[in-house]
Amino acid sequence: MDLINFVHEQLTEKKDFPTFRPGDRLDVTYKIMEGGKAIRSQTFRGDVLQINGTGATKTFTVRKVSNGVGVERVFPFNSPILEEIKLLKQGKVRRAKLYYLRDLVGKKARIKEKAHFKAK
Amino acid sequence: MTSIYDDAGRNVACTVIEAGPCAITQVKRPETDGYYAIQLGFLDAKEKNTTKALKGHFAKAGATPKRKIVEFRDAELDKGLGDIVTAADVFEEGDLVDVVGTSKGKGFQGVVKRHGFGGVGDATHGQHNRLRAPGSIGAASYPAKVIKGMRMAGQTGNKRVKTQNLTILKIFPEKNLILVKGAVPGHKGAFVIIEK
Repeated sequence: MDLINFVHEQLTEKKDFPTFRPGDRLDVTYKIMEGGKAIRSQTFRGDVLQINGTGATKTFTVRKVSNGVGVERVFPFNSPILEEIKLLKQGKVRRAKLYYLRDLVGKKARIKEKAHFKAK
Repeated sequence: MTSIYDDAGRNVACTVIEAGPCAITQVKRPETDGYYAIQLGFLDAKEKNTTKALKGHFAKAGATPKRKIVEFRDAELDKGLGDIVTAADVFEEGDLVDVVGTSKGKGFQGVVKRHGFGGVGDATHGQHNRLRAPGSIGAASYPAKVIKGMRMAGQTGNKRVKTQNLTILKIFPEKNLILVKGAVPGHKGAFVIIEK
């Protein structure tokens, strides 16, 4: 395990992202890669559904509802395509995995906001 | 196992292997042994756990007692008895290697897991207790025996397995680590042989 950590210390560059938790609303800006090159960047806005794994293979899932269709995207924390993460809202939730949101639509699918949060 | 990102930003699954430092504990030559081979020892062993015979063998090479000894036949290496071999001496990034190890033991398993049989496929029509049964294992009075090599249930895993043509993605000479694309046989922390 130490050796795996050593490998990742050598290979991954540290990125300065805000800390966030499931239930928070994010703006994730990432590069669109085509043929090994970044052609443009795109922003995905949604709620964090879960944070999965540890270490170098840790990922987070962001969910949004687009034209009535639920869309989820999984981003690895160490992915080189990630450009920027903006924390927009902190949600007040009582679970670490918000799978129940998948079954809810409309007003029920809202997440209560934490008071005293100021977006930077 | 873990994963890294390549230059195109793709996530590549890989395995970290500690490949050295190894000591050359014996060099076999055609004149004396009938063939050419290099014997490598890896990982220091406790002196009290080493037999007298092996102690003498290591002393001859001027090496400390080792946990694992493996012979590499017809290996091309400009090193002599007692020299230390590191990962960077043998491997380069982009090399294709074969990795030999002992696969994870699965115990006594049925034919579905062991040989990939399809099972019966029907839960009804009288199949109350034979969903994963192998079916017929041969005809009756002719040949009046089960043909050798018939695939049946039995011990699965825990045997020598070779995975061929794995690419070396990266080498870290300071810690003798190599990063191999894909999976290798065996559990975490197991010993493997890397052949080039």
